[in-house]
Amino acid sequence: MNGLVVLIPVALGLGLAGLAAFFWSVRSGQFEDLDGAAMRVLLDDDDDKESE
Amino acid sequence: MKHETPVAAAGTAMQTKTSVFAVPGMRCAGCISKLEKGLSGVEGIAAARVNFGAKRVTLTHDPAFDEPALKAVIGKIGFDAEPLPNDLVEIGDGESRMLLRAMAVAGFAAMNIMLLSVSVWSGAEGPTRDMFHWLSALIAIPTIAYSGRPFFRSAFGALRRGRTNMDVPISIGVLLATGLSLFETAISGPHAYFDGAVMLLFFLLTGRWLDSVMRDRARGGVTQLLRQTARGAYVIGEDGRHRWCEARSLAPGMRMHVAAGERLAADGIIEDGTSAFDLSLLTGESAPQARGAGDAVLAGTLNLGAPVVVRASAVGADTAIADIARLMESAGQTRSRYVRVADRAARWYAPAVHTLAALSFAGWMLAGAGWHHSLVIAVAVLIITCPCALGLAVPAAQIVASGALMRRGVLVKDGSALERLSEVTTAAFDKTGTLTLGRPVLVNPEVVRETDAPVLLALASASRHPLADAVRRHFEGTGLVPAVLTDVTETPGEGVTGRYRGHDVRLVRPSASSDTGMASRFAMGAGTNVLLRFEDALRPDARSTIHELATLGIDSSILSGDRTEAVADTAAAIGIGAVAALTPAGKLGLIRAMAAEGDKVLMVGDGLNDGPALAAGHVSMAPGSASDVGQNAADAVFMGDSLAPVAAAIRAARRTMAVVRQNFALAIGYNVIAVPLAVTGHVTPLIAALAMSGSSVIVIANALRLRNAAE
Repeated sequence: MNGLVVLIPVALGLGLAGLAAFFWSVRSGQFEDLDGAAMRVLLDDDDDKESE
Repeated sequence: MKHETPVAAAGTAMQTKTSVFAVPGMRCAGCISKLEKGLSGVEGIAAARVNFGAKRVTLTHDPAFDEPALKAVIGKIGFDAEPLPNDLVEIGDGESRMLLRAMAVAGFAAMNIMLLSVSVWSGAEGPTRDMFHWLSALIAIPTIAYSGRPFFRSAFGALRRGRTNMDVPISIGVLLATGLSLFETAISGPHAYFDGAVMLLFFLLTGRWLDSVMRDRARGGVTQLLRQTARGAYVIGEDGRHRWCEARSLAPGMRMHVAAGERLAADGIIEDGTSAFDLSLLTGESAPQARGAGDAVLAGTLNLGAPVVVRASAVGADTAIADIARLMESAGQTRSRYVRVADRAARWYAPAVHTLAALSFAGWMLAGAGWHHSLVIAVAVLIITCPCALGLAVPAAQIVASGALMRRGVLVKDGSALERLSEVTTAAFDKTGTLTLGRPVLVNPEVVRETDAPVLLALASASRHPLADAVRRHFEGTGLVPAVLTDVTETPGEGVTGRYRGHDVRLVRPSASSDTGMASRFAMGAGTNVLLRFEDALRPDARSTIHELATLGIDSSILSGDRTEAVADTAAAIGIGAVAALTPAGKLGLIRAMAAEGDKVLMVGDGLNDGPALAAGHVSMAPGSASDVGQNAADAVFMGDSLAPVAAAIRAARRTMAVVRQNFALAIGYNVIAVPLAVTGHVTPLIAALAMSGSSVIVIANALRLRNAAE
């Protein structure tokens, strides 16, 4: 019984953290352009290095 | 993190404006960096962000830049761009996001409550069980208040109008289950249904969200194709200076300068200049028409030849285009009365469920079970019969099918379009731009000698005239490299001339008046002088598609605004009947007559003149090359030159409805087993939870079989 006092808030807290992270990612537009994100990985920023 | 744009950081107190452009030409990672780096380097543009999925670029820029200027900047980087009006960009995002948030909250709550419920089912007793029930209530009640809103709102709206829909049994079931569970918890009872209520919401929200995503996705696809025909015009001021003026602020009496290749933004009379106009958007005529000073020209027509000055006579709501728009609005009303399959099911399902629950309650009361026990059973009946699988049955099948169709090049705007597409019995096709490509194709390339071809290609590349485009498309397709010419000049209305190795070379309008305008003369020095002929060719697969429709039991015919002779040729080539020289109202009348005879008409058309007919058809499709009016009015848009997607879409729609019917059968079959258990009082929260998830998974698995529906 005593363990539950700790474990249940921990479980709920983790769940809430996940929910909050999801809300944040939706709001910051991370799901706006899924195809583009896959493409952007391939961009090499060599141009920037040369200019530095 | 501070949101400071580079412009603001530089210290100049400059206001910025945001514009969105559709850039259909981006295809790879290189395009993203080319656009973003190229654009952010331009002075006056603070930021550029590409959305690859939507094929859009969002620019934050100095308000001094107007749309044509920004378009030119993007053009310089090497991409064609079209401005998108802001209201088109914003639509739809809101609803999906709200549903997604509600779904996420319901999903989170369902998982945590299930965790607590599993402990109760595995034998928690006494104070532990009570505590778990109270915790569940603590999670469930705010969740239901938040995530249940879409259902409560819709149910309330239906009840207020004295009707019932799917959302009424859902709302009553969820609210009763919550209330009863709260009471059970308060009196330390053994069963609480919080898990069932929240899980029900989660599954139903998933269905709603899928439905909404499908609509957004297709709408996004159509928006990116939207070509704003005439966003404005260059107006000649008192001082003779040209100034860009948006279409909505044009006024009658203004003098507009319309360059070759531009569309008119208002109806008017030509004051100065002579040119050929492409009226196909308004009338369906494929051959360009000559218009000179004193002639009337209409908004939406394309100036092909020389620049002209037009005095605006009617703008905005007074133009001929706006008349057609009003005709469309009235024609579209029959379609809004269409009742979707899920709502048709709800018409008998909802009363049946309520009666069943009420009868169980009454039955157990009569049997002397006490009001508490009877209520528990009635709620169990409501939860078990809640159309969880039904709520998923339709959207799951439709989103899988629309995904398959999208890969095939057909954008279906919403689920109701798929339902209507499956019921089609007759098809009516427009001619110009629908059965035909709507652009000239070179028919006699063999008259050009192989050695002359590079010169011809170079001349054609120097002009944007549709006939020159046709020559360029033909020879570029063969991998030819253009020759290098000097002194290339284009005389609007005449043609292109230049010099090649000491010879004069020309690609000009033929002098003979016998030609209808679909010909061009290519001359090189004294040796070569040939007449190139063009025609508006049939789309590939036009004949086989009509044949395939016939095997599906669908009769086809042509409704065209073009001249009778031109239509007769096409009709004979395909082998179907045709009605020619129709006005937009005439097409609308014929579609209505067919509908009155009980036919479910599929209208396929592209032009503005098809708009009312597209809106009046039981369902309608437009090619990707269609006018924006055509694409907006149509329920589905197909890409590419081939007509084959029309038949593929009908086949896919019929398969989708077959799967939807199977899903209904599965959902009802599950009810046949589960309802007697519920009525006899054997359904515990555990059984309700298992039955609910089980039936939903089966329905989704069945829908996934449609993955290849459009092959």
